[in-house]
Amino acid sequence: MALEIYLDLFSQPCRSVYIFAKKNNIPFEFKKISLLEGHQYGEDFGKINMMRKAPAIRDGDFCLAESVAIMQYLAEKFQTPAHWYPSDLQQRARVNEYLSWQHMAIRMHGSKIFWLRLLIPKIMGVEVPQDKMDAALEDLNGSLKLVEDKFLQDRPFIAGEQVSLADLVAIVEIMQPVGSGLDVFESRPRLAAWRERVRVAVGTELFDEAHKDILAAQEMVKNMDASKMQVFKPKILKLFL
Amino acid sequence: MNMELYLDLHSQPCRSVYLLAKRTGIPFTFKSVDLSAGQQFGEDFGKVSVVRKVPAMKDGDFILTESVAILQYMVEKFPQLVPGHWYPSDLQRRALVNEFLSWQHTALRAHGSKVFWFRAVVPVVTGVAVPKEKMDSALEDLKQTMDLFQSKFLKDSSFIAGEEVSLADLVAIVEIMQPVGTGLDVFEGQPALSAWRERVKKVIGEELFDEAHQSIMNVDCLAKTFQDNGMLEFLKPRINKMFT
Repeated sequence: MALEIYLDLFSQPCRSVYIFAKKNNIPFEFKKISLLEGHQYGEDFGKINMMRKAPAIRDGDFCLAESVAIMQYLAEKFQTPAHWYPSDLQQRARVNEYLSWQHMAIRMHGSKIFWLRLLIPKIMGVEVPQDKMDAALEDLNGSLKLVEDKFLQDRPFIAGEQVSLADLVAIVEIMQPVGSGLDVFESRPRLAAWRERVRVAVGTELFDEAHKDILAAQEMVKNMDASKMQVFKPKILKLFL
Repeated sequence: MNMELYLDLHSQPCRSVYLLAKRTGIPFTFKSVDLSAGQQFGEDFGKVSVVRKVPAMKDGDFILTESVAILQYMVEKFPQLVPGHWYPSDLQRRALVNEFLSWQHTALRAHGSKVFWFRAVVPVVTGVAVPKEKMDSALEDLKQTMDLFQSKFLKDSSFIAGEEVSLADLVAIVEIMQPVGTGLDVFEGQPALSAWRERVKKVIGEELFDEAHQSIMNVDCLAKTFQDNGMLEFLKPRINKMFT
């Protein structure tokens, strides 16, 4: 049975796994799920990943969640080019450091901006209070500053001279607020230059294809039926408001 | 020169790094960073890590942050000291360890930390208890995370990756001990979880485990510590930002 990868390209970690698999010609069956339509709560998906999140893979009998773990697994199983997850002790440590840091930093802050700017106004029918928006922006700016000043510095990529899982995970997260209409690259030429390097390293066609949905998010969300999204209300009230 | 580990054992990720190094005999110099005195914001520590967090590792000129990365580095650098089961080379076992190490940031770590702050730190700093609604919500999140931990990550195995302890169990136990330090016994009425804890403690060594957890099991002292260190005014705005 083929490797199945369960994906919704609205989701940042789904994009990194998708790009990684496609770039490395890893054969897989794309199992499309829609998070905003609640497919993750279905009975079938529950058997793949009881945490009800995407991405998830099923490789024969083996199911695995968490994009970082999935890419580490695929890199090893399919012996992808070494630069993706370098074997050099220090370079690998640089990649691992970023992959660990990003969960509670850029991922969290970029996601929040996407919810505050696009999804919450749609679902709740109100704009988010300015002070909450400002605080979220401050957090995102702080994380972006660390990406530039600590993780990139004057290197072409996070681990050094070549692109790695770290850059892939970083770029998909940074593209999320961009999808909500916030161009974080506008005032950040160094970051924009890095984005272009990653885009070229991954393949511009593949990169753009993976980001097609998120970059059309503003339009897509506008056309969504808010009444079908009320299931997210409690989560929104708890996490964001 | 020895590897330097910048640690405060009040911090969960510091404990996992400390425990692995001590258990396996990795030579290191313990560099204390007193979080309750705000030392992470000092000039000296700033030269080690701009992120201003612990743990941090300095190995010669090479500086590394993030406990998961430090643990992975130590396993890789000292194969003669660290037995393979800590980070198995088997594809699927390693994947299970990686899956847990990734998941825990926003789950066990986030919710365990929050309960710790709500029970032990916020009331001390602000002078008032956390509103019941917020506390109940945090406790509910922790409970759900603990349930998921047992049903998905432990299941019927002795340890997360199977029959041998790994980095995943180490990271899990130190995070679970954080709310325990505030007097919330998450192991009560949980025989399977308690049995797992005992297995992990046995592998680490009871004495070492207890030594590493001594600070966190004595958080009653925190109130006086913050006051003595003049940290109350400094912590107040940070707490307001974190939890409102």
